[in-house]
Amino acid sequence: MTTIASTLDPGLASATRRQTGLAKSTLTVARRSLLRYVRTPQLIVLSTVQMSLFFLIYRYMFGGAIHIPGISYVDYLVPGFIATGVLFTGMGTAAAMAEDLEQGFVDRLRSLPIPRAAVLTARATADTAFLAWSTAFTAAVAFAVGFTLHGSAIDALAAFGLVIVFGFAFEWLFITMGMFAGNAQAAQGMGMIVFPLVFISSAYVPVSTMPGWLQAFANHQPMTYMVDAVRSLTLGSHAHALLGHPSSYYITRALIWTLAILAISLPLAVAKYRRS
Amino acid sequence: MTAVIEAHGLTKQYGKTKALDGLDLIAQRGQVTAVLGPNGAGKTTFVRMVATLLRADAGTLLVAGHDAHRNPAAVRRVIGLAGQFAAVEPAMTGRENLEMIARLFGQSRRAAKASAAAVLDQLSLTEAGDRLARTYSGGMRRRLDLGASLVGAPRLLLLDEPTTGLDPRSRIELWDAIRALVERGTDVLLTTQYLDEADHLASQIVIIDHGRAVAAGTPAQLKQRIGGNVIEVHVRDSRDLETIAELLGRLGEGVAQTDQATRRVSVRVDSTGDRQMTALQSLHATGVELDDIAMRQPNLDEVFLTLTGQPTDHDATGARAA
Repeated sequence: MTTIASTLDPGLASATRRQTGLAKSTLTVARRSLLRYVRTPQLIVLSTVQMSLFFLIYRYMFGGAIHIPGISYVDYLVPGFIATGVLFTGMGTAAAMAEDLEQGFVDRLRSLPIPRAAVLTARATADTAFLAWSTAFTAAVAFAVGFTLHGSAIDALAAFGLVIVFGFAFEWLFITMGMFAGNAQAAQGMGMIVFPLVFISSAYVPVSTMPGWLQAFANHQPMTYMVDAVRSLTLGSHAHALLGHPSSYYITRALIWTLAILAISLPLAVAKYRRS
Repeated sequence: MTAVIEAHGLTKQYGKTKALDGLDLIAQRGQVTAVLGPNGAGKTTFVRMVATLLRADAGTLLVAGHDAHRNPAAVRRVIGLAGQFAAVEPAMTGRENLEMIARLFGQSRRAAKASAAAVLDQLSLTEAGDRLARTYSGGMRRRLDLGASLVGAPRLLLLDEPTTGLDPRSRIELWDAIRALVERGTDVLLTTQYLDEADHLASQIVIIDHGRAVAAGTPAQLKQRIGGNVIEVHVRDSRDLETIAELLGRLGEGVAQTDQATRRVSVRVDSTGDRQMTALQSLHATGVELDDIAMRQPNLDEVFLTLTGQPTDHDATGARAA
């Protein structure tokens, strides 16, 4: 039997006999998602403008009315804004995952001789890379409007790293959500669950200013620990006085939450993916 | 005799709906097999099973000799799938799309470049190859999608309703592309709702309905069973429907079908020219005012009517695409 292979590279037919490795498959598929970000300027411009706008509104409009003892509001705001930003990036992940399923892209990949997990790892990898870019961009805007680091450069890098780690864990939650949603609109709708996590936290205002019943939620939800972990690294000597505990307290708790989120979402994502 | 697909008693149930209900199907090597049926007949479910995207509840399925259930990885190495949607990345060029899939087939960078170029050429997309796929027309996107299923040099190509939603010209272009592949010896399994599509492309047709095969054979064999052509008469005044139905009933084979809503009467006639001329003369002799007379191939509904004695009930729910 002649196949079209005979008209192509002679070594090609034998190359198709084995399965392509996870790393290569992941990178190949992730590259496609990143190219889509880069080559769809509307996506990047819109999300960047929107993000900057919200940031400036907090910085200049609400910020004047919020007083944080010992430090300026911009120094309080930036770690919160950046750490909660991972959830907004995640909403995009859920929509993109749902869209790939809906439009047959996932079917195409699943019919190829690659590890099935590559579809998921590629999405997590690409969107974490995108998160790194948008976090760096937000930080640049923050510095431009007066944000200052009170800790060391190494602390700042560690803070950046933590945000990416939190983001990576949440990616899996949003990937799972995207698969359950089935289409991009529904995924966007399900993404609304990020709002309580973002706003009922220490990200924008101190939890102590909230009514008691909200404090109960705000004090124990993962975002507050993550925000305070990042904050404890950027506020330097002010951190302890403001937050009440040393850095390690917040970082360990934030990382425990991160592991918990991964431990739940990752198997859930894989199980849902297998069954769909 | 070697079969590229051997399905026995495939069953798949979603809730109370039986998508496949004991489907038996054999597709021979070296030919195009068309699975023909209305929407909801189980065509897509079957293709997804062959593509290892779905598991059967019961039954056996061998693809190129590999058990799709027990050894899906082996099946994936020999198939290429083009689904109902053009699953290409709009933000990548045609060439990049193909190179990506080739890389996922384990090809080296150099080999991937070479096979992408060969496939672009084969599908007359070389000129558009370096443009982003989002600038492509619907027909070009489908061809690129077909290309993506070819770039891994599959032994078996699976095409799920490849031309649905395409304009007539793009449809013919895609048919040409598929026919060229067949000439090179690729085995093809395609699903379609269009009898003419199956007729143009396939050497073997399996008609399925309600998740079962209701007939199988070469296009010629099936046509023989169905009868030649259909005369369809469109009357101006619905009061004349009965007269025409009675007349056509005498001239044609089987009972004339009357559609009150569109004021149409149709009947099968065998394909000899004499019979058709007689029909035209008799219609003229009645003096009934006619809007239109058409001679055409039977459509899927008429095929079903002949084979199963009942029309596709999917029409009633409006589920069928036009």
